[in-house]
Amino acid sequence: MYAQMVKSTGKGLVAREDMSPEDCAFQDRIDAGEKIEPRDYMPDGYRRNLIRQIGQHAHSEIVGQLPEGNWITRAPTLERKANLLAKVQDEAGHGLYLYCAAETLGVSRDEMTEMLLDGRMKYSSIFNYPTLTWADMGAVGWLVDGAAIMNQVPLQRTSYGPYARAMVRICKEESFHQRQGFHIMMAMVNGTADQKRMAQDALNRFWYPALMMFGPSDKDSVHSAQSMAWRIKVNTNDELRQKFVDETVPQAEYLGLTIPDAHLHWNDETEHYDFTEPDWDEFFDVISGNGPCNVDRLNARKTAWDDGAWVREAMMAHAEKKAARKQAAE
Amino acid sequence: MQPLFEFLLRQGDNALVLGHRTSEWCGTAPALEEDIALTNTALDLIGQTQLWLGYAAEVEGADRSANDLAYLRDVHDFRNLLMLEVPNEDFGRTLMRQFLFDAFQVPWLTALQTSADPRVAEIAAKSLKEATYHLDRSAETVIALGDGTADSNARMQATLDYLWPYVGEIFVDDDTDQTMADALIAPLPSSMRPVWAATIEETAKAACLSLPESDFAHHGGRSGVRHTEHLGHMLATMQVLQRSYPGAVW
Repeated sequence: MYAQMVKSTGKGLVAREDMSPEDCAFQDRIDAGEKIEPRDYMPDGYRRNLIRQIGQHAHSEIVGQLPEGNWITRAPTLERKANLLAKVQDEAGHGLYLYCAAETLGVSRDEMTEMLLDGRMKYSSIFNYPTLTWADMGAVGWLVDGAAIMNQVPLQRTSYGPYARAMVRICKEESFHQRQGFHIMMAMVNGTADQKRMAQDALNRFWYPALMMFGPSDKDSVHSAQSMAWRIKVNTNDELRQKFVDETVPQAEYLGLTIPDAHLHWNDETEHYDFTEPDWDEFFDVISGNGPCNVDRLNARKTAWDDGAWVREAMMAHAEKKAARKQAAE
Repeated sequence: MQPLFEFLLRQGDNALVLGHRTSEWCGTAPALEEDIALTNTALDLIGQTQLWLGYAAEVEGADRSANDLAYLRDVHDFRNLLMLEVPNEDFGRTLMRQFLFDAFQVPWLTALQTSADPRVAEIAAKSLKEATYHLDRSAETVIALGDGTADSNARMQATLDYLWPYVGEIFVDDDTDQTMADALIAPLPSSMRPVWAATIEETAKAACLSLPESDFAHHGGRSGVRHTEHLGHMLATMQVLQRSYPGAVW
């Protein structure tokens, strides 16, 4: 899940009797499963909440290029290098669709970028973990893209039209990425002792951070209730996390890898796996800026943005001169 | 070394080294659109590498693969142009270099399409489609950055001045080139210079840049006699897994 801890109105779910007639009509449209389009009426809270969620999602795609970009220059074969390049390129493309979706809500890409760089907007906690061996490219694809898919498939039915449509394209590519990651893991577990060790180590390091991607339990979250009423969010964090565990455990068994959770077991009654919750203190540390890579990730984005300023300015200046020359010639 | 093998390594190594340098940008370009375009260029070049080095490996007949050639040769066995191995430095140098190379690749690959070697002709035809849009984009970007602001113009002039001593190497014919030309596999690189120069002059003019007057040329990349210090560092990064875990399948 690339949008964690998205704050909604902060006031909890608004009861129907407390809504204005416009908000009531808006809620009726959502309840009837209609899509909300950019020019339609929407409550301010809905707009702000969506901007935060889509922005966080877009930033996650862009910051998410970094941990995988870390291995592009060291990919072990020409095929792996091409596949990884294509994957990271897809992520930049996802960022682009999502920024465009957010722009329909009245916030520009540059404004959102500034908010990312000065810390007003967040990105997913998962990208604050380092990628240390080639097996991490497998684990990221398999687990991180796998967890992202769990969240994003239902978002294809989210209430805001441009977001839902962006998710349709994104989901197709994410499924491909997950298979690619699993394929890397397959090669590693079928390889040398060193490669198997790297594969298990990658799973050990990425398992709990992947579970954190769904966000803390939302039983008591006022934000989740409002987001779900607006169908900005479709499932609870806990439902998605359980689904992820249920699907991933057999895949790990197939790979011959051990999930780093001594308490993990199948529960016949619930027909789900019981598992250990991630360390939520660590999660809150990471989202408040103290993850292993937070500072480096943001610095990398700041450097890219600052170093590219002359290029963006020159392109704008050239476009203006070109337009002026064209006008003068007419 | 067989001349055809040597010729194919030159094509493959150009694509590999430039593809690698371009791939270093992934995630850090000045704008998302540029990030996507640079990655796309890198992908095209890595794809071309697979074709050229794949054929080189077959011609060599020494039971090596394209990956072996890419990941298990050292600096002295690389046959790329020196210009392609120097560091990216900034977006301006990256795009200027791409342009200087694309302006050669388009007429070069166009000519190779009629090579007497059908495999060379086939790879050239596929690569030409990509090189053509690379040239459209790199020329357009060089013009935009040259014409843009006083600062961007100064940067682009400095980068052109830096790269200029490396361009001459493209057009120096040697025995391998003569053997390829005699066998009608490829034209002499020197024969490409006029069309290349015309593209460069036209674009430099539109970009408000002046072409350096010196025709001094560094060489040693295509022949493998003397690369820059930069290539070794690039290979150390690129080849680290293949070198550290010999025989592993990835």
